[in-house]
Formats: sequence, C-alpha cells, structure tokens
Amino acid sequence: MGSPTETAPPGTGLPSDGDSTRTAPPPDGPATLEVVPVRHYARWVAVAAVLVLVAQFTHGLATNPVWEWGVFGDYILSDTIVQAVWVTLQLTAYATVLGFVLGTVLAFMRLSRNPVLQTVSWTYIWVFRSIPMIVQLVFWFNLSALYERLGVGIPFGPVFWSVDSNSLIGTIGAAVIGLTLHQAAYAAEIVRGGVLAVDEGQLEASAALGLPRLRQIRRIVLPQAMRAILPTAGNEIIGLLKGTSVVYVMAIGELFYQTQVIYGRNGRVIPLLLVATAWYVLLTSVLSIAQYYVERHYAKGADRSTPPTPLQRARRLLTGVRSAAARRRDPVVPRSSPHPESQGDSR
Amino acid sequence: MSKVMVDVHGVRKSFGPVEVLRGVDLQVRAGEVTVVLGPSGSGKSTLLRTINHLEKVNSGWVSIDGELIGYRRSGDKLYELRERDVLKQRTHIGFVFQNFNLFPHLTVLENLVEAPVSALRRSRKEAEETAHRLLDRVGLADRAGAYPRQLSGGQQQRVAIARALALEPKVLLFDEPTSALDPELVGEVLDVIRDLGRTGTTMIVVTHEIGFAREVADTVVFMDDGLVVEQGPPSEVLDRPQHERTRTFLSKVL
Ligand SMILES: Nc1ncnc2c1ncn2[C@@H]1O[C@H](COP(=O)(O)OP(=O)(O)O)[C@@H](O)[C@H]1O
Ligand SMILES: [Mg+2]
Repeated sequence: MGSPTETAPPGTGLPSDGDSTRTAPPPDGPATLEVVPVRHYARWVAVAAVLVLVAQFTHGLATNPVWEWGVFGDYILSDTIVQAVWVTLQLTAYATVLGFVLGTVLAFMRLSRNPVLQTVSWTYIWVFRSIPMIVQLVFWFNLSALYERLGVGIPFGPVFWSVDSNSLIGTIGAAVIGLTLHQAAYAAEIVRGGVLAVDEGQLEASAALGLPRLRQIRRIVLPQAMRAILPTAGNEIIGLLKGTSVVYVMAIGELFYQTQVIYGRNGRVIPLLLVATAWYVLLTSVLSIAQYYVERHYAKGADRSTPPTPLQRARRLLTGVRSAAARRRDPVVPRSSPHPESQGDSR
Repeated sequence: MSKVMVDVHGVRKSFGPVEVLRGVDLQVRAGEVTVVLGPSGSGKSTLLRTINHLEKVNSGWVSIDGELIGYRRSGDKLYELRERDVLKQRTHIGFVFQNFNLFPHLTVLENLVEAPVSALRRSRKEAEETAHRLLDRVGLADRAGAYPRQLSGGQQQRVAIARALALEPKVLLFDEPTSALDPELVGEVLDVIRDLGRTGTTMIVVTHEIGFAREVADTVVFMDDGLVVEQGPPSEVLDRPQHERTRTFLSKVL
C-alpha cells in the first residue's frame, strides 16, 4: 500500500507529474509526505463472509443429491424441452410485437385531441388492466362457448360470412390474443409516458418545419421517447417472457407446461424445475444484454460522447494492465523532471 | 417599392379570458428586416406564432406572399385548412426558436436534411448538397457529423438558422434568437442574421438587442400589451419615440 507511487509532491499543492514522482521521489526529504488511503477493513470482512456463503451454496448445489444433476442433464437439451422453449419464445415475441404496436396506437389515441379516440383508449386501458391475465386467457380459451360463430355482416342485420370461432383462433392463437390484449394496455401507458417525456419544443419545431404528421411521430418523437420507454419496456418484456408460463392453464406446450407434464410422469420435480429455471434465466439474460445495446443505440446524441460497450471497456482494461506491466518491467527514466517551484512560476 | 410579403391584418388572439393580441396590423415588404421590440408578455412570441399558424387566431388574418395562412377564403367566409395543407404552407415560413429546438438524436446534417426530404420531397443527395452549402454559410462546415449537444449554444442556434434556410422560405421568423445564449456567443449569431439581412432575406426578428435593431432593421415595431404602439425606421422609433410607453421601455433596455 504505502509504495512510493502514492507519495505526494512536497507541500506545494501542485498537481504532480505522474512519471517523475513514480520513479523518483522529490529530493527534499523532510517535506515528503506519504499519502495513506482509507482502509476499508469492514469491506474485507464482508467479502470474506460472502465468499464463504457462496462456496457453501455451490458446494450444496453440487453435492446434495436432492438436485439430481443427472436428471437435469438428461432433460435440459431434450427435444421436448427445446421445443417447449421455442413455443415460449414465440408466445413472447408475438405478444411483445403485437402488444407494443397496439399499445403505441392506443398511446397516441390517448394523446390525440380527438375526444372519441381519447375515450376509447382510456376505456380499453381501464378494462384490460382490470382483468387478471389468467382470467382473460381462460375467457379466450372458452370463447367458442360464448360466440360459437364469428361472422361478417351488417350490424344487427344479416351475416354474409361466418366461421367457427374455435377453429379460427385455435389454442395458441387464443393465448397470443390474450397476452397481446393484456400487454397492449400496459404498453400504451409506457409509450405514453415516453412521449410525454419528450420536450414539447420538438413537436413545435417539427410542425414549424412542415414535417408530415406521421413523420413527426416516427422520426422525431418516438426515437427520443425510446430513452424513457426502454427501461420500463425491458421490464415488461421480461415479465411477459415469464408470464407466458401462465398459459399452462390452456394446456399449451410451453416451457412450464412441458416441465410439469414430465415431472408428473417421472416424479423428478426439483431437477425439472431447475431445467425450467435455467432456461428462463438464460432467456432473461439474453434479453437484458439486448436491452443494453438497444438503449445504447437510442442514447445517440443524448450525451456528448457514447459510453464504451462492456467489450470495449474490457479491452481497454486489458491494454491498460499490459502497458502498466510493461512500465514496471522497464521503468521510464524521467525526462529531466522540472522543479515544482519553476512550474509554479509559470502560472 | 417591393411587394408586401407578410401581411398581418387585425389579428386578435385570446388564451382563455385573456386577450393577448388585441388587433395587430403589420406589413413586411419583401427583402426587408423588421425588428419587433416590446416588454416581456406584450405578445411578441404569440404574434410570430400566429404568422406560421402555430397558434390559431380568433379574428383577423395573416397572409404570406398573397396566400392566406391556415384558411381558405370563399366569398366572405374563411374555411380552416386541414393540417396537411397548413404543414405545406409552413415550409414557406422559417422559424427560429429561442431554445433552438434542434433534434438532439440527429446529427447536424440530418437536422438540415430532414424537412427538405420529407416535407418537400427533395432527393437526399440534393438536400445534402444544400445542407453543406448552408453550413458553410453559417461557418459550421466542419460540424456536419456532430450531434447538437456536442455544440455550443451559439453553434446550435446557427445550425437552427441553417435548418430553417434549408426550406428556402419566403420569410424567416426569429423569436429572441440570442436570449438563451451566453453573452460572448450572442455576436456570432447576430452576425449570421445580419448577413442574411444584407442578402435580401425577408425577416421578422423579435429581440432585445437594440444595437442590432438600429444597425440591421428597416423597420422597428414597438409592441405593448397586445398592440403595435408605434413603428417606423429605427432612426425614428429608437431615437425620437412618439409614445410615452416606447420611451419608458427604451430607457429600461438601453
Ligand atoms: N399557450 C398559452 N396559454 C396561455 N397563456 C399564454 C400562452 N402563450 C402565451 N400566453 C400569455 O400570453 C401573453 C403574451 O405572451 P408572449 O406572446 O409569449 O409574450 P412575449 O413573447 O412578448 O414575452 C403572456 O401573458 C403569456 O402568459
Ligand atoms: Mg417571447
């Protein structure tokens, strides 16, 4: 700790020239003061405690037979599970895309000056935030019980064309509809919040330049709103990914349903729940990483310079360590280090 | 004498119960610079905003180069235009804001290219050539790739002026273009505006810079309490004001 690296220049209060102090402490001995950084003893104790806990937990995971890692290994990449992961991903993707498209439309309806659109949007959000998702899913699942046939025709008049509703939507379709309608209500509020966060002057400038209305929204408002939308939307999509597990009530072969089917057959509950958990963690991690880069993309122009990516940061750290090591191997001879006093004069 | 480019006729505008413009008449001839002075709250910004129809008027009308703004006349009735048509009319009217209002997520070049491409349907190549020429004109040829937040306030306002010019408007409106700037940056922006005035751009400039008004304006308009109190060449309005209110105002800002 108390290496010569941390010696300060003699009490002049001037910034030190790094190289000269590192290799050659100033000659005038008595004035040389050593800087001792604060020592965080408590932090070291905490680190030790955490390490012990982590070691214990890992050891338990690895050695306790309850986890049945063999079974885990058998199923984690099995066809059934991979297939189920694919279904989960599809449900998430459809509901995310459709939910946010519908949500964006609802948000702009709510923000429009047209009172009819405002009311429709407000009512939609009110209704679909009020109904628990699982209730809605079961409702759509049983749709055919309510409306056996969906038809096209004159309102309250004759029907020209109709179709059996269950065959039209199917189970997966019903799940996507349920998830989408639910998601859209939340997405609408997220998008609206983002749009409200954009400075009003931006719309004024767009209007003053005569940009077409849609262009104002797509090119000027939404990209800036994304900064406020993304963190919450990321939460929402990750929530949805895991929320798809609710559709097990509709007997759709997504990840959680298949896991249950398998442990219902073989009774290996814990390792199969671990399989599901591992997949959810993996998918969530991928989404989180994607979110980081998407946020970075929309941060363009928000700061004076874009922050480096973790990869760039790691590379910089590596090169930094390497050059530091090189310096240690063959220390640089200070270029005729100037006296602090003469530096002071030049001020 | 050149033709009337901007004609503001009997414009009244209220926000709720408060009448902010109480019958304003103003004519600006092609190629002339009109500077609008007046105390804060006198309705200067509102007047500019009614000229490009960012605010609707309660009565009266505005025309640019003989074309009614925001309305279509049929007989003795004025029909409100659809938003799409108003947007098209606005491409003839450049507006420079106090707070610049550049698009922060677009580069300087993209800021300049956006409106010509999407509102005037110019080709991107043509729009970029114009943009580079305009950036050169405002002294920022080397900053085309920068984002607005990487520029100083004065540079941002010069980009905003170039952005307005990119549409080749018939008239440029400035709403206190230097009020948000640090004192040492005011000059560079006024230089650009002065230069435009010399080359015959029709402009209405709301400002508190009396020296600039004296030097650049063909006409100075003094507004107070929603009315044009007096107008005329700077030598008259600034040096021999006829009205008490003008004198009081000038004594405060000079
Ligand atoms: N959108 C608005 N709603 C209500 N009052 C407004 C609005 N815009 C301006 N005003 C009021 O109108 C008056 C004139 O404002 P403004 O035109 O901005 O004056 P100036 O630019 O001369 O300072 C002020 O009293 C202001 O408060
Ligand atoms: Mg104002």
